[in-house]
Formats: sequence, C-alpha cells, structure tokens
Amino acid sequence: MALFNLTINGEQHQVDVVPDTPMLWVLREHLNLVGVKYGCGIAQCGACTIHLDGVAVRACSLPVSSIGDRAITTIEGLSPDGSHPLQQAWLEHDVPQCGYCQTGQIMNAAALLAKNPSPSDEEIDRAMQGNICRCGTYLRIKAAIKTAAAG
Amino acid sequence: MASVKTTLNRRSFLKVSALAGGGLMLGFNWACKPAPAASALKAMPESWYGINAFLKIGENGLVTIMSPNPEIGQNVKTSMPMIVAEELDVDWRDVVVEQAGLDTQSFRRQLAGGSQSIRQGWKGLRMAGATARRMLLEAAAQRLNVPVDELTTDAGIITHAGTGQSLGYGDVASEAASVTVPEEVELKDPKDFKIIGTTRKNVDALKIVTGEPLFGLDFHRDGMLIAMIEHAPAFGMKLKSLDATAAKAMPGITDVITIDAAPEGFDEQWSDVNAFPEKVVVLGRSTWEVMKAKKALVIEWEADSKLESTADHTEGMAGLLQSGRAEVARRDGNPEAAFQNAAQVIERTYSAPFLAHNTLEPMNFFADVKEDSAELVGPIQTPEFLRKSVSSILGLPEDKISIMMTRMGGGFGRRLYGNFGVEAAAISQAAKAPVKLVYTREDDMTQGTYRPAYQVIYRAALNEQNELIGFHVRGVGIHGSPVFANRFPAGTVDNYLAENLELDSNVSTGAWRAPRSNFIAGAEQSFLDEVAEAAGKDPIDFRLELFDRAIANPVGERNDYDAERYAGVLRLVREKANWGADMPGVHRGVSAYYCHNSYVAQVVDLVIEDNQPRVQKVWCAVDCGIVVNPGAARNQVEGGIVDGIGHAMYSALSFQEGRPVQRNFDSYRLIRQAEAPREIETFFIDNGIDPTGLGEPSLPPVSAALANAFAKATGTRLYDQPFSSNMEAVELSEPTG
Ligand code: FES
Ligand code: FES
Repeated sequence: MALFNLTINGEQHQVDVVPDTPMLWVLREHLNLVGVKYGCGIAQCGACTIHLDGVAVRACSLPVSSIGDRAITTIEGLSPDGSHPLQQAWLEHDVPQCGYCQTGQIMNAAALLAKNPSPSDEEIDRAMQGNICRCGTYLRIKAAIKTAAAG
Repeated sequence: MASVKTTLNRRSFLKVSALAGGGLMLGFNWACKPAPAASALKAMPESWYGINAFLKIGENGLVTIMSPNPEIGQNVKTSMPMIVAEELDVDWRDVVVEQAGLDTQSFRRQLAGGSQSIRQGWKGLRMAGATARRMLLEAAAQRLNVPVDELTTDAGIITHAGTGQSLGYGDVASEAASVTVPEEVELKDPKDFKIIGTTRKNVDALKIVTGEPLFGLDFHRDGMLIAMIEHAPAFGMKLKSLDATAAKAMPGITDVITIDAAPEGFDEQWSDVNAFPEKVVVLGRSTWEVMKAKKALVIEWEADSKLESTADHTEGMAGLLQSGRAEVARRDGNPEAAFQNAAQVIERTYSAPFLAHNTLEPMNFFADVKEDSAELVGPIQTPEFLRKSVSSILGLPEDKISIMMTRMGGGFGRRLYGNFGVEAAAISQAAKAPVKLVYTREDDMTQGTYRPAYQVIYRAALNEQNELIGFHVRGVGIHGSPVFANRFPAGTVDNYLAENLELDSNVSTGAWRAPRSNFIAGAEQSFLDEVAEAAGKDPIDFRLELFDRAIANPVGERNDYDAERYAGVLRLVREKANWGADMPGVHRGVSAYYCHNSYVAQVVDLVIEDNQPRVQKVWCAVDCGIVVNPGAARNQVEGGIVDGIGHAMYSALSFQEGRPVQRNFDSYRLIRQAEAPREIETFFIDNGIDPTGLGEPSLPPVSAALANAFAKATGTRLYDQPFSSNMEAVELSEPTG
C-alpha cells in the first residue's frame, strides 16, 4: 500500500492503495465516483473514459502511480449539475438505452470537442471508435455531439 | 366522445387504501393476459405475462407510479407509466416514477422479457388509470354535490362546467380511497390520447448522463467484501485441485473458497443454463486486489466430458443436415413431388456462430446472507425465479429473502438467467459476510448462455411460370432448431416441409435478443431474395405475390402471421424508400420479418467507400400497433438495427478444445461508431391496433437486407456469419462512371 495525492475534479484527495491499482478502481471504490464504468479492463470499450489534463484516457489501464500531479476530471466533474453542452445534448436527443456506456461516451466526446470544436462526421467516427455501445445508440451519440458542437 | 366500456376484473385490484398523510393508493394488476402465441413464446415462462403496480396520488396532486418490472434499457420505466397517466388524465410533469423491489405480497409476477411488457400490460395499465380517475370523480361529485357525469377532467383538474367549480386530484385523493372500486370504467378513444403517442424522455436520463449510481455494479454497502470467481477454462472440464496459498497471502485477500451453486436437489429455475456451477471464489477488500489474487491461484482442471472445437460443431451440424433423422414440424401437400416436377430448384445453406450477450455491464450481484434472512441487490430480469433458487440453495424460506432490482447495463436475454445471483448468495452464506460478486469481462464472456450456433438448408421449387410450387426448410442448432414452421412462407406455398434437428453439446446456450429469429430471419430473407432473382422478379413484388396468396387462399390453418399487416410494412418501406429509383453508387437490399407480434420491413442502402462497404441508410417500416412513446420506440428500433448489423457482420464465439477462443473485446468484435449506419429512418404504421412487441423485432431482418444489398453491389451472396470474414475475399471497388 502507498499514499497518493490526487487532483480530481479540482479537489485534492489522498488514497492509500496498492500502487498498480488502476484509476478506474481508485475512483469507483476508494473515492465513490462511480460514473466511471468497468466494461473490459483492457482499454477496448471506453466505458471507463476520464480526462487526464484534458485528454481522454482509459482509467482501467492507468495505474494510480502513473498520475503524478496531472489533473483528473470525471463525469461528476464535467459539470456540477449536468449542464455541460454534451450532457444537455444527450438529454435533448434522449440518447441512452441501458445507459451504461454513456458517461464514457460523453467524456470521450468532451475531449474531442475541446480539441476540435466542430468535427466532421468522419472525425467523430474516428474519435469515438474506441467507445462501445452495446445497445447501439451510435446514431444518437453522433447527433448529440453535432448538436453540442453547433451550440 | 366514443368510449370503450371495459368490464374490470375485480382481482385486478389488490387493495385500495388511504395513504398515510393523506391521498389515495391503488394496488393493481397491470396485466390482462391475451393468449400468447405459443410458438413465439415457447422458450419463455408463462409468468412473463403479468405485472402489477402501485399508483399513489398525494394530496399535493403528485402521482407516483411504481414501476415493478426491471429496466434493461427498453424504456418501460417511462413508457408503461405513460399509459397509466393517459387514462388517469394527469399532466406528465406531475408524475414521478419509482422502481419497486421484488414484493410478491403487493405485486405479482415482476418479470420482464420477450418484448411483451407493453403488449401484455396495455389493457391493465389503461384500466388502472381509468379506475383511479373514476374514483376521484366520484369523490369530487360527493364533495361538490353534483352528478358525477357532469364532471370533466383535464391534466389532474376536475371541473364542473355548470357551476364553474373545480378541484385538483390531490384535493379529493383521500376521499377517493373510500369510494367503491367501480365494476366498469370507460377508456378513452385512442384519438383523444394526449400522452400516448407523444415522445416522453427517459425518466432516468439525467442520472445516467451525470454518472449517478444506478447499476448493480455501483451498489455499495459498508463492510462488504468483493468476490470474484474462477470457473473451468473449458466446457467439459471440472475442478481437480486447488492451491490457494499464494493467493491467500496477497494483500487485501480475506479468503479463497469453493462453492457449488447447483448441488443435488437444487431448484434451478432460470439459472439452469449454468455450465460451471462449481467455482473457486476469491474474497477480498477491493476489486483490484481480488483480480490480482485470482491470477495467483494454482488450479488444476480435468476433463469430464468431450472438449469440443468449432470444427466439431460445424461438421456435426452439417452431418445432421445431410442425413440426420429430423422431426417434421409441418408438412403441406406433397413437397417431394413438387421438387421432382420443378423446372428449377434452388438450394442454399446458411450458418451462424455462437454469440455471447456481452451486456456492457458484466454480471454482478450483492448478497448479504444472515442466519435467518437474506438481502440481495442487483441487475436481474427474473427476480421471482431468482428468489426461488436462492431460497433453495440457502435453505431459507422465500419470505425471508428480499431482492431489489437495479437498473441493468444491458440484458439481451442474459439476465433472465440468475445464476450469478445464486452464486452471490452461496458465497455470502459461506463467507458469513455481505459480498458483491463481480464477473470480469473474461468471466462473463466464457461462462456460456450463448446464442446457439445454427445451420439451415433452404430449398425452393419453381415451375415453368416461375411460380413457387415447393418450399423446404431444414434447420439444426446447438441447442434447438432455429425453424419456426408456421411462419412465412408457410401458408403461401401448396407444398411445404419444415424439419427440425438438434446437435447436443456441453456448451450452454440461452435466449439471446429475438431468440431463433435473430438467425432464421436473415437466412430466410436472403434465400427469398435469390429465389426472386431466379424467378426474374423484383424482390418486393415477389414477396407481395406470396402475401396475396396467403390473404386470398392460405394453405393450412396454423399460419402464425397476418399477411395483410406483413404486406403493409413492405408497401410502406417501398414507398418511403422510393424503391426502384435509380441511385448511382447505392446498392439496395430488402427484407421483412414478423416476430413478437410485430411486423418490420427494411431497405438497406449500401455504398462502397475506400473499398469498404458502408451502410448509408436503413429505411425501416414497423407495424407494432399503437406506438406509446415514439421517440423511445425509434431508439429501440435503431438499436435493434445496429445490433443486427453488428452481430451479423463482426461477432463470433468459437471454441478450441472446449475453450472459448474469444475472451474480451480485443478478439470478440462488436460494431463500433464508424461501422454503424449513417442514417436510420423509421416509419410506423398508424392503425390503432393494440400495441405489440418492439424491443426485438427490428433486429432479425436487417442482416438479410444488408446481405441482399451486398449481393447487388458485388454479385457475391453472403451465407455464413460473421459476414466480414467472408467479405475480405470479395473484390470491392467503387463504381466507375
Ligand atoms: S473498462 Fe476501460 S476501456 Fe473498457
Ligand atoms: S446505452 Fe447500453 S451500452 Fe450504450
């Protein structure tokens, strides 16, 4: 076990965990931030997407010991109340079915829009390729990203 | 206003009482059972056809509708309460929906599945709303001292036009509790619907997009242990020896045990497809520590039956198709003579592999078993069955076991089988601690319950005039045949033969979204496309001619479809897609299918870009009767189409000496954003017929519409799923000129 100081959603946290613990489990089990989801554990599904200094990363494959002083943002910190343009667009398009993949989709899309405020369809395809939606809501995800980009 | 009088089944209402603190509470049975079509529902328990709920009206006028059946993403938690609210005549904004736990004292048959929730619930839900409205009206009539039929309602307000007086539902809710439940109620004319037929958004959407805890995996109880399992790596293997010394010594690990989740005499219920009831269990403080300890287990497994490979399955099924003794499921006329006298015989074989459900949230369940009681929490479609099997394994009476259903991160049939809940209970009992059992993706993908692997041979006989005079279908699966003997084209051909075969295997299978239909629709509709081509006919005209026959003069009496409605969706999609139009560079395929009492026809527009096929658009016509929540219904249809295209194109689960070869999403391919259709447009037939299933019917036909479009583009027919592995061999190029 070892102590780690983390900056998460703008706040300081300290956790005492084994150093190779992936951020996914640190967030979910030690900090009670469960918006980040477990889907595959091998960086293949995107359900665990968070931001590290604004860049979308897979928390399941990111040991806590590798974070250092970089800032982590989770879905809980994307906006205090669901008011981020992507969250609003998600509501407008009523995107979710089961809903399990959606926080990861939104976090990945948020990183995309931060880099590229008006992505083309092909750019959305490419950027979102790592996020599986088993329920098949891909068309609504794309439409919601375009709405948020246009807003 | 034309209205429907409905005699109310007195047993529909379980209790009427005043709410503590004022208000009205009705416990009612949501279901009026239509006779289920036996063939469509063969594999499903009778008890899927009933649900009931509480309706509460507070003194503040807010209405709470308990949603008793589990939410797996099919949106019933929104759509079913909408039906109650419609007849109650309240403003949807005043409705709060709450998920109920398993409570057989108050509710009966809290189950979900088979695309039946809306269909089975329709009448009961309407009557519940209408009855509550009637009781509120009678209470208001007494209070205002006016005749009840002079009162009208609108959005939760009762008005007496003569005196201009009005009351809110909340004002009379407590008095309504002492009104006798009426024998009869009037239902609205569908044309007066204000909520049904309008899009209402998912009641949980804000919680979903902000990451609030909703799912089973999110459940936490202070002091609980994390439990993870290790099952045999191959079907046909069992535990020989375990050395847990190293694992037990690892940080955070509290114990390593073995359990048998299906001992002698155990009441299996719906957990009975579990191929690996015997499991090694690692218990510890955190998921990561337990995951690591799992890898440190030293386990020897030994074979106790044959270790099968995919080649065994493929050859075994092919052998049965060739020469196996089949069960004749239906025979009309003289098929042998028809084939002998045919001017042309077309014969094709189709196949599809095993598929895993791969709900994005892996299996999990929380259990806290004490000496004399047990509490379970988690994602389950069949909580009542689960409680029976948990009662059996723990030796506790059912009334000492509580089950709370969480939102489910996908179902697709997998969460009908509650073996993971039984395991959680057995582990908690053995560990004498509250535990949350968590499957890794690998545990989830390798444990069985797969969509069966299938093969089918189709043969068609055409006469000199290119009329279909004989039809023969012969199907085999592990386990169970995919053939629906009484579905189209049965009833349209004088000489018809349907045969079933089954190959035994130790690989476990289960219901997977649109069971059997998910394969047979694609095979049948691809085959008919080729038959139409051989007959020199347009594929839609060819099908419509067959339906004309089934309408005018059907063969046999057991035909399990309505040919008019079937033809209706084909005509609608033909018109909407402008079928037959010249579209350079766009290759089109059509398909139509009936399942879960609904009709779907689709046109796929395929383009070739960068030497890759891409679905430009799917046109989809649906007849599922009245559409309760059109936006949510479209979402379901779109999901089914993406699911159908994705699995037909990319997914397969294969075996090497009993071991599943694919264990995670790096090798098990699922459809992703860049492979999804660019556009899906859905059109609903507006016929005012009571609603039928929608969670599944858009999935089965789409693989054929895709394959038929691919044949147009390339001249190559696709017979074996996953299609992508066969496409590689096909020269694809963008059309020149
Ligand atoms: S859980 Fe991290 S990518 Fe799937
Ligand atoms: S909504 Fe279910 S996995 Fe995306």
